[in-house]
Amino acid sequence: MIRKLTLIGAALAFVVTGTAPLLAQGSPVLKRIKERGVVNMGHRESSVPFSYLGSDGKPQGYSVDLCHKIIDEIKKVVGKADLKINYVPVTSQTRIALMANGTIDLECGSTTNNLTRQKQVDYLPVTFITGTKIASKKGSGITEIEDLDGKTVALSLGTTNEKAIKRVAKAKGLNIKTIMVKDHPQGWLTVETGRADAYASDDVLLYGLISKSKDPSKFQVTGRFLSYDPYGIMVPRNDSTYRRIGTVVLADLMRSGEILKIYDKWFNPGPTKIDMPASATLVKAFEIQALPH
Amino acid sequence: MNYNWDWGVLLQEPYFDWLVSGFSWTITVSLVAWVLAFSLGSIVGILRTTDSKFLRAIGTGYVEFFRNIPLLVQMFLWYFVFPELLPESAGMWVKRGMPMPEFTTAAICLGLYTASRVGEQVRAGILAVGIGQRNAGLAMGLTPAQVYRFVLVPVSYRIIIPPLTSEFLTIFKNSSLALTIGVLELTAQARQIEEYTFQGFEAFTAATLLYICVTSIVMLIMRVVEGKAAIPGMISLGAK
Repeated sequence: MIRKLTLIGAALAFVVTGTAPLLAQGSPVLKRIKERGVVNMGHRESSVPFSYLGSDGKPQGYSVDLCHKIIDEIKKVVGKADLKINYVPVTSQTRIALMANGTIDLECGSTTNNLTRQKQVDYLPVTFITGTKIASKKGSGITEIEDLDGKTVALSLGTTNEKAIKRVAKAKGLNIKTIMVKDHPQGWLTVETGRADAYASDDVLLYGLISKSKDPSKFQVTGRFLSYDPYGIMVPRNDSTYRRIGTVVLADLMRSGEILKIYDKWFNPGPTKIDMPASATLVKAFEIQALPH
Repeated sequence: MNYNWDWGVLLQEPYFDWLVSGFSWTITVSLVAWVLAFSLGSIVGILRTTDSKFLRAIGTGYVEFFRNIPLLVQMFLWYFVFPELLPESAGMWVKRGMPMPEFTTAAICLGLYTASRVGEQVRAGILAVGIGQRNAGLAMGLTPAQVYRFVLVPVSYRIIIPPLTSEFLTIFKNSSLALTIGVLELTAQARQIEEYTFQGFEAFTAATLLYICVTSIVMLIMRVVEGKAAIPGMISLGAK
């Protein structure tokens, strides 16, 4: 009897210790994570409330929480409970290059999953859905993009919003002056100081910027969606073994409904009082992406 | 590296035009800033070598102020803070009314910053000519202004051609900081191409080559200028 138990124990031990390296096989990203003992996590510094620096200087937010869940799973797969997390700040200009050259192993920010970007990187399932809207001062008379004719709008260099505004303006023959800014805070500053009449960005980020401004009651987010921006966590391309880990973790969270709890923690109303309950579209997206085992 | 190379993207429309436009903005910002830097820098440099304590203080104050603040910070200050310090209507004019607000702000900011550095070169050049020449000029009955006009300035500028060349090169490279306040110069356009095509490595390689091209041409021109301007027998005129 005892002998039998020992045998089973040995078999179990083999399964537990033996499968982990097997899973990691054929995955260059898992291999490098295992060798270095470090996961390099790319994060944003001011994408409220997805990925931003908290008062303790550490990245926090909705995407960051989801990434921690994935990293917990990576720890199990590579069989290293003491895996270190190295936080690498990225911007909308650096994130793709840093992923392509292997500096970061996953990017937890507010990145739109689009087909052009998929030439260089891969994405995990969609975890948030937003689109381009316009923020302006209340009483400016701006609601839709058509109202910007002859006015000035600030756009963040290298965002999907910039493309959306320029595309619509061209299609409609609108004469909209643009000011290019390098990040969201600067874009916001141009509106606050009156250099620009409006700032165009993903609506959720605009609500975030307004909620953090000195006098949130003075600003508004208006208009129809000018683009469709599904956010996803970015991972290196050509590594389906590695990507699958994240897909499984997110599908599990979506199936169990835990993702909505994480969502509510950051958005409903969230630490910055952003107060955005999950939209029906997003809930539906979670349902559809909750693949079975 | 996990990257899809595609050099053809650089020749496609509209990306090729973007590079060309970025390149011309880089040249324009740099040249306008250089004209400002050279004229203002000369004045500042001369002020710092005059006999008047008051004028020297002005020159020193200027240099210390502009040289000790990082250029990136100065760009931000001129663009975002300076208009807020003006009366409302003037501030609005700086933000909206003046022609090409981003370009103008960037060129002036870069010019004022580089002027402090040019000023130091000019001062060093004048001091290098030596007190003997100055005294000789005065002893011959020239006024102090004439001593500068006919003796100190012509000689000192020839001496400082090499360091001025390097300032001139630097201004082209520093002009890339103009992108932080929305001037779509070469580096900004390279970033734009990256964002539209995600072929960033190709775009930045092209930008790098263009920068090297410009700086090499500047170096060649300045070498010719140095050779032509040389006075045989004077110090540090390494051309012969």
